[in-house]
Amino acid sequence: MMKADQVVKTTCPYCGVGCQMNLNLKDGYIYRVDAPFDVAPNYGMLCVKGRFGTDYVKHPGRVKTPLIRMNRSEGRSAKPEWREATWDEALDLVADEMIRIAKTYGGDSIASYASAKATNEDNYVFQKLIRGLIGTNNVDHCARLCHAGSVTGLQLSIGSSAMSNSIAEMEDLEAFIITGSNTTETHPVIANFLKRSIRRNGAKLIVVDPRRIEMTDFATLWLRQKPGTDVAVFQAMAHVIVKEKLYDDEFIANRTEGFKDYLESLEQYTPEWAENISGVPADSIREAARIYAKAGRAAIYWGMGISQSTHGTDNTLSLVNLALMCGHVGKAGTGLNPLRGQNNVQGCSDSGGLPNVFTAYQRVDAPDVKAKFEDHWGVNLNPMPGLTATEMVSGAYHKSVRGMFVMGENPIMSEPNQAHTQKALEKLELIVCQDIFINETGDMADVILPATSFAEKDGTFTNTDRRVQRCRAAVKPVGQSRPDWEIISDLGRRIEKRLGIKMSTGFDYQSPEEIWEEMRLMTPEFWGIDYARIEREGGVHWPCPSFDHPGTPFLFADTFPRGKGRFWEVDYGTDSEQPDEEYPFNLSTGRVLYHWSGSTMTGRSSLEDAYPEATCEIHPDDAEELGLEVGDWVKVSSRRGSVKLRILITGRSPRGTIFIPFHFAEAAANALTLDKVDTKAKIPDYKNSAVKIEKTSPPDDLDDDYNLPLIERGVIKDPVQIH
Amino acid sequence: MTEKVTLSIDGQEITVPRGTSLLEAAAELGIDIPVVCYHPHLSANGLCRVCSVDGGMRVQLAACVTDCQEGMKIQTQSENVRIGRRTILELLASTVDLAEAPEVLQLMEEYGADGGRFLGGKQRESPVYDDNPFYIRDYNQCINCWRCVQVCADDAQFAFALNFDGRGFETKIGTFMGDGMMTTTCVFCGQCVGVCPTGALKPKRQALLEQGIDPDDISKQTRGGIRNISKKT
Repeated sequence: MMKADQVVKTTCPYCGVGCQMNLNLKDGYIYRVDAPFDVAPNYGMLCVKGRFGTDYVKHPGRVKTPLIRMNRSEGRSAKPEWREATWDEALDLVADEMIRIAKTYGGDSIASYASAKATNEDNYVFQKLIRGLIGTNNVDHCARLCHAGSVTGLQLSIGSSAMSNSIAEMEDLEAFIITGSNTTETHPVIANFLKRSIRRNGAKLIVVDPRRIEMTDFATLWLRQKPGTDVAVFQAMAHVIVKEKLYDDEFIANRTEGFKDYLESLEQYTPEWAENISGVPADSIREAARIYAKAGRAAIYWGMGISQSTHGTDNTLSLVNLALMCGHVGKAGTGLNPLRGQNNVQGCSDSGGLPNVFTAYQRVDAPDVKAKFEDHWGVNLNPMPGLTATEMVSGAYHKSVRGMFVMGENPIMSEPNQAHTQKALEKLELIVCQDIFINETGDMADVILPATSFAEKDGTFTNTDRRVQRCRAAVKPVGQSRPDWEIISDLGRRIEKRLGIKMSTGFDYQSPEEIWEEMRLMTPEFWGIDYARIEREGGVHWPCPSFDHPGTPFLFADTFPRGKGRFWEVDYGTDSEQPDEEYPFNLSTGRVLYHWSGSTMTGRSSLEDAYPEATCEIHPDDAEELGLEVGDWVKVSSRRGSVKLRILITGRSPRGTIFIPFHFAEAAANALTLDKVDTKAKIPDYKNSAVKIEKTSPPDDLDDDYNLPLIERGVIKDPVQIH
Repeated sequence: MTEKVTLSIDGQEITVPRGTSLLEAAAELGIDIPVVCYHPHLSANGLCRVCSVDGGMRVQLAACVTDCQEGMKIQTQSENVRIGRRTILELLASTVDLAEAPEVLQLMEEYGADGGRFLGGKQRESPVYDDNPFYIRDYNQCINCWRCVQVCADDAQFAFALNFDGRGFETKIGTFMGDGMMTTTCVFCGQCVGVCPTGALKPKRQALLEQGIDPDDISKQTRGGIRNISKKT
């Protein structure tokens, strides 16, 4: 039997649960991944991605040296031809080009993607370079594309933007709502804790979701609303809670404001009104309201189904209103819990990877904050909030953005309306991609800077319940790849030299720990967390202002960041693209268990064998009307573009709505989606696009594996029938 | 207030809340009772009986599933207890390939168990199932501890893909209708692999590496491993 040379404890690189895991190594090869049983947050559990999906680390396609594009003159969409370069050459080129563009068009013509996959330290140094040396706040990351609607809603109502309660509290729930989250596939380990609370402790689950996700099998009540009618359902629940006087008078009086106006606005939103709009029976809405309001400890968990909408902010506000009126926040086992997607999407936001804030949401336009950072960094800072990710793409299209630095993200796959994104990026004078692979965005870049994967570097990740945990180097970096913080620091020094300025804290970091120490210094909420403490305790939930502070598993015990929680009146209405005669179906996009985002990682691991091709989920009645059978090739088109893929007939989809995962470049769901955004949060409407479906012949360039019927490929099967 | 009970274990008196198992009470006294099927983070089932202790009754008590009772006098290392444990281990060794079960092998040494004592008896025989991209099932090494079944069910995953199959000596871990894992409700979380005390469940990567296959070639055996190589760099 194999005995490990070394076992390295680290944090999973996939979702926001932040599972702790042990990498078992033999000659630098990760041959086995286990989870420690006595450690939060996962207590021995992992999902398929964490346990079996880390083999991408050794994938032969890893970028091993810096690369410079040779056929730049053929345009960015031409097949790239690369030549290997030294670090000196590549970084000098990037430094020169960034300075040239900033000097010619102004600092705000540079846009940058921080990374929800990189560490807190990587992101801190990244935003420090962009803000401090380029003089722009154009820093954003994929949080814009997943939870911007939640963040904006939570900011407006309570002044916060994180999950309020911890994973550990899930087992003691009395009742909870899951809405817009296919929890078993997107946060599998969290789903296990939630299932436990139901099966062992008798918690009641209300699922509000148009899709028949696996959690509906565990639900007391499943409200299957028509896509996009979430607000109607939640407003009607609020209506019932008010009419039946199930609200918490004391909490409303002490902790909130605006209830009276809100209460009056609710009058019209009867359950019958909501039934008419959403298709959810009025009595089910009443029962859901009673279960949630009467429970001693009730929480709300939500995902992209709530936020990724033109009314994502309103969706969130309607959930916050429910929690505020019932007093289900600020106590253990309650709360408002947006389940964060990426392993470090919380941390990237916390570290200043957003256009309007430094670390821990200190605003760039607040004079005292600006003064503090200027003082410490020794440079003048720009007080104007920068562009959001979606605005960066349109900025590129309209040429207000000229250069783009992309660290560990893949906008071509993740931004909506792929054709438009592609056209926009084509116009840029400079694209730099810093990544472990050349992904679809990398194909368009001028320079590729090879970064190390999670298994090759040190640092911290912050998971969905704000727990700061360690990521530890286990294997030697592939080729000449370097950790992101080191690349950015090197680039920072080169830019400093060229500009003849020296930031007082500079870029001379010797280790991520030094960077974290600087972050602590700049961020009172991080002050009580250092590497030694994380080593001892495994992880600490921020805010944590001092070493003797235990950390904060649940927020808002006494007050909200904005003082009182505010009720917001929410109108029902939608700007989403509606199905019509020409495009009669609604397209919803999302994830499957076996893949991650643009599948840069999972597509290069054994997970690809389990789920090797894109599928289009369609209701059996819709399929019958269209004369389609399982595995038929269809062309799905919207006003933006079209994709070809095979259909999977399943009762998981409601009638009139199809579902396509956005992982697959060969059938990119975002070729179809619309780049219309929520006006407040700037988040795209990934869950609603009007499309049509036509039977078609298979594409020409398929590999032999496609000769198998769809259902015989990997684990692809009707998820409803199997559960 | 929880009701308390007082008992003695190996002559040491201890008071514990009612509902505490003998195993837990002994651990509190620093007395180590050997276990095979028991896992501290899973429900106890008392299947292997290696943790049996002497309570002065006709039959021994499996410490992992027996609650402490008032006035119990427990011996964890009496001659009979040791004989029982030794015999159980010898029976296991005679039917199952324990080569990759280090904890069981160590217990055998501790209890002076003779792996060849029941040699020539019936052996467990099973094909090795290599039916999915993630892990291999070799039930020749399975001791029926039930841990995998439990984590697949209520102890962790609620997937219910694995269960017992057959009766008596023929009892094995199996799937519904004997299907390969790819057509069951398995979601390949691998919690089962994580709790397997023998080599019966093993990550495929580990199994291939043990067969002497080069890590680069292991990667090439997967679709993901060969995708995007030629196209990129």
